[in-house]
Amino acid sequence: MHPAFSVIFLTTLIGAGQGLFLAMVTGQLYAIARFLPAQTDQFYAIGSLVALVLLITGLLASFFHLGHPERAWRAAAKWRTSWLSREVIVLPIVMFLVFAYGAAHWLGLTMPLFRVGESLQVDATLLLGLFGTMASFALFVCTAMIYGGVRFIQEWHTPLTVTNFLFLGAASGFMLAAAYSAYISNPLVTFFGTWAVILTLTGLASRSAHLVRNAQLKYKSTVQTAIGVRHTVIAQKAQGATGGSFNTREFFHGQKQTTIETVRLLFMVLVFPIPILLIGAAYITSSPTLPILAFVIQYVGLMAERWSFFAEAKHPQNLYYQSVA
Amino acid sequence: MTQLALVIDLNVCVGCHACVTSCKEWNTSGWAGPLADQNPYDGSPTGTFFNRVQTFEVGKFPRTETVHFPKSCLHCEEPPCVPVCPTGASYKRPDNGIVLVDYDKCIGCKYCSWACPYGARELDELQQVMKKCTLCIDRITDAKLSDRDRKPSCVLACPASARLFGDVHDPDSEVSIAIRERGGYQLMPEWSTKPSNHYLPRRKTVMHIGQDELTRVDNPLRKEDLTTYTGEETLDDVAW
Repeated sequence: MHPAFSVIFLTTLIGAGQGLFLAMVTGQLYAIARFLPAQTDQFYAIGSLVALVLLITGLLASFFHLGHPERAWRAAAKWRTSWLSREVIVLPIVMFLVFAYGAAHWLGLTMPLFRVGESLQVDATLLLGLFGTMASFALFVCTAMIYGGVRFIQEWHTPLTVTNFLFLGAASGFMLAAAYSAYISNPLVTFFGTWAVILTLTGLASRSAHLVRNAQLKYKSTVQTAIGVRHTVIAQKAQGATGGSFNTREFFHGQKQTTIETVRLLFMVLVFPIPILLIGAAYITSSPTLPILAFVIQYVGLMAERWSFFAEAKHPQNLYYQSVA
Repeated sequence: MTQLALVIDLNVCVGCHACVTSCKEWNTSGWAGPLADQNPYDGSPTGTFFNRVQTFEVGKFPRTETVHFPKSCLHCEEPPCVPVCPTGASYKRPDNGIVLVDYDKCIGCKYCSWACPYGARELDELQQVMKKCTLCIDRITDAKLSDRDRKPSCVLACPASARLFGDVHDPDSEVSIAIRERGGYQLMPEWSTKPSNHYLPRRKTVMHIGQDELTRVDNPLRKEDLTTYTGEETLDDVAW
């Protein structure tokens, strides 16, 4: 498949945005349970604002993928059957809940609304945080299932696509939370950094399993089933056009195999070991800049990861477009 | 239930591209706007087509065979491109089973093209909407046309009559009989998309000639002779 930068930016940006929001809510839950010192409302509000900016930027990037962005509102119609439609519905819900969560903190709407058991005071921020968490998980599933649900692209048609999007998005969000805490010299940097490392390692397991699976993939379609001729030797001599077509532009990455392998190696280094080492170094040296560097490097790595995710996918229609003349 | 479809006979397709040009001519001139081209008279011409003829070589030289393979939307009975469309622009007509795109609803997200294993859908670079074979829906539903003309453009253009058009759900239709009696098959059956279009396989034309057929009974070069009888019963002996 041809890697489109609009979609690469969309998936990586909203992944980081959702992850950052999940990090904020996780921080609040730990604070409620008294595992962490309570933070100011401003801390959560600004964190949510950054998450919201990422979500909005991702949404804007997605418009560049559309031929008719002005008709994008129509995409909410077929949520019963289309994962893309579901994403189009869930993304604004997440954006609204992230905004509401941040706004509730900013406005100090922390009066307990009701009490659960002896000690758990439930306020508006906690409720919005829980709803937002559920919506964020739903959005991860919707985004990943756009790709995982295409059964013809066998590289994508696996639950590992969902786990990759979930863990890698959450990892970059927690990494950003660590960077944010480090930037404002908040002691929570260790807490978020530890979670970022755990999620990065989980993402490493998921993505490695995905790579191993895809290396052993057996393709269902062959040129024999594509044209229905039973012979072991079939070579294409013409594809009906000499100057290419939509079929050759959309479904081929047009890169050399060495480029594909370089990008794969690049993201395996940038996403996993380097950010983990930087977070480790930041823990030892209490550096305020290393977590920021860790996030930036991991984000660049995730863009390469998403590029590779597209480039490694082989569509069965390519069997009809193997040679020009 | 009606399911209109094409049946393409690979045994007689000569790869002349008449169906391609005829399709392009009809569908670029219609109410839906042009099928846009880029650099049509320049280097690397490219454009939107509903139908393309591809050529494959089967076997190794000298035992090779050229297969010309016309490819367009197969109007699947289980079209995987339809449910993924977020706007409902892609739909399957309930009355005749043709898969169509509403160009006014399409947002050009290209998701349907990912969900088609056959590569039958192409994005029009000018109009930025997804386009595909309509089986000339504006033509076959036009009651003003005679029965003879109420067929897709490609079918009418084919000089070898390699393209048949009809209802594959009607067991007595020309297309159903052709599929049944001439080994019609579907493309990529492994995805269970149930394509409505079928292809008729290549068939070797083999003549069996016996030794007796090589000598004609009335061969003028055969040595003429008077029969010599040696007492066996002849017609002269038959008592009438």
